[in-house]
Amino acid sequence: MKPRSFSFTTAHSVEHVIGLLQEHGDEAKIIAGGQSLVPTLNMRLSAPQLLIDISALDELRGISLDGDRLRIGALTRHVELQSNKLIAQHLPLIASAINHVAHVAIRNRGTIGGNLSLADPASELPACSLALGAELSIVGNKGKRIVKAGDYFKDLYETDLQANEILVAISFPLATTNTVHGFREFVRRRGDFASCGLVMNGERQDGKLTSLAPVFFAISNTPVLASKCAAKLLNKTLNDDLIEEALLELDRELPVIGDIHTSTEMKLHLAKHYLREILGEINV
Amino acid sequence: MSELTQTVDVCITLNGHSIKATIPARENLADFIRHRIGLMGTNVGCEQGICGACTIRLNGDSVRSCLTLAAQANGHTVETIEGLTDSGEISQLQEAFHRNNAAQCGYCTPAMLITATELLNSKTEISRDKIREYLSGNLCRCTGYHAIIDAVEEVAEAQNNGR
Repeated sequence: MKPRSFSFTTAHSVEHVIGLLQEHGDEAKIIAGGQSLVPTLNMRLSAPQLLIDISALDELRGISLDGDRLRIGALTRHVELQSNKLIAQHLPLIASAINHVAHVAIRNRGTIGGNLSLADPASELPACSLALGAELSIVGNKGKRIVKAGDYFKDLYETDLQANEILVAISFPLATTNTVHGFREFVRRRGDFASCGLVMNGERQDGKLTSLAPVFFAISNTPVLASKCAAKLLNKTLNDDLIEEALLELDRELPVIGDIHTSTEMKLHLAKHYLREILGEINV
Repeated sequence: MSELTQTVDVCITLNGHSIKATIPARENLADFIRHRIGLMGTNVGCEQGICGACTIRLNGDSVRSCLTLAAQANGHTVETIEGLTDSGEISQLQEAFHRNNAAQCGYCTPAMLITATELLNSKTEISRDKIREYLSGNLCRCTGYHAIIDAVEEVAEAQNNGR
C-alpha cells in the first residue's frame, strides 16, 4: 500500500509551521517521527496534500524541570523518555509505561507529541497523560494555549487540537513521596496495541488514598478516567469488600466497546482484574 | 501560496556512499533502498510497521524503513544489511545464526540481525528475556524464534566472557 502523492516541506520554525497550516488548512499535516501518521497514509485513511516535517525544530526537543512540573518537548522520542533520569525520578508511571509502547525500532523514531496528536485509544501515553493531569501546550495563529488532558481527548483519533495548531510540549506534575502508581495491559505480542490496559496514579497518606486516577485504555474511543470508581476508594482503609464494591462502578461507568479480538465482556473482565491487582499491590 | 512540489531533492549517506537523488515526496525509505539503489536485503512485509522486516539503521538507531519517508532521511546516515555485512560489524552474529540454523526462509533475517546487533551493542545486561523483548517487533513466520534467540544469546555470552 502506498500513500497518495503529497508535497513535502521542511519547517524551520514553529511560526513557519503555523503559517503553512494557516495557508493550507485541513490539506496539510504535520509529520515528526511518522510512526502513527505513515501507517494511516499508507492505508489511505488520511490523504493530505502537504506534509510539514518538523523534525529539525530543536526548540521542540528536550526534557526539563519547570517549577513543580516536568516539561517534555513534543519532538522528544520514546527512546529518550525511556533512558531519561528526570523521567525515572519524577514520573515513575511514564517510566514503567514507556517500556510497553511499541517496539524498539518504533520507539527510536516515534515522538510523544506525535503520539498525543494522533491519540490512538489503545496507546499508553494518552492514558498516562490523563491519569497524571498533564497539560498540553498548543500553539496556533492566535498564540499559545494550555489544554488540560481531561479536556483534550474528544473522540476516536479526535483531540482538541485544531487544524491550524501544533502541539509543542506536554507538562506533568512531579511525583511526591506519597505518590502511588500502577500499570497493566493485555497484549497479544509484547509491544503491540493493547486489548485492555490500565494506568493508575494517586496519592496515599496514612494508609488511605487521598486522590486516585485509574485510567483505562484500549476499551473505548478515548482513554477513560473511572472517577466514580475512584471516589468510592478515597479516604477509606482499603479492604477486599470496599474494592469489590468500587469495581462494580466500572460496570456502570466504563463505555466499553469490544473488538474483533477482545469482546466487551472480556475487556471489562480485564479492567476489573487489573484494578484489583494494582490496588492489592499498593495496599501491601 | 508558497512553492510546493511533489518531488524532493535528497542527499543520503547510504552504507558510506553519498547518494543524491530527486525523488517523489511519498517514497518511503524501504522503496528508496530497494528500487532506487537496488539493495534487496531490506525486505518489505506489511508497510505498516508491524512485521519489522524492513528494519534498517538511521543515524545509528534501528528504525522501520517502511515508516520513514526517504525525504526525512535527507542529510542523514543510513546503514542496511549490505553495509553492515561488508564492514564485518555483524559477522560474529551472522556466524552464530548459521551455526544455530536461525535462518529458515531468510525473509526476517536481515532485520533480526540489525535489531539484535543494537541490543548487543547496548552495553546492558543481556538475558534471554531481554533478547525476546528486544526482538518482539520482528516477526518470523517460519516460527524459528528459539534458534534466533539461541544465536543472539551465544554472541552475548561470548561478549561477556571476552570482557
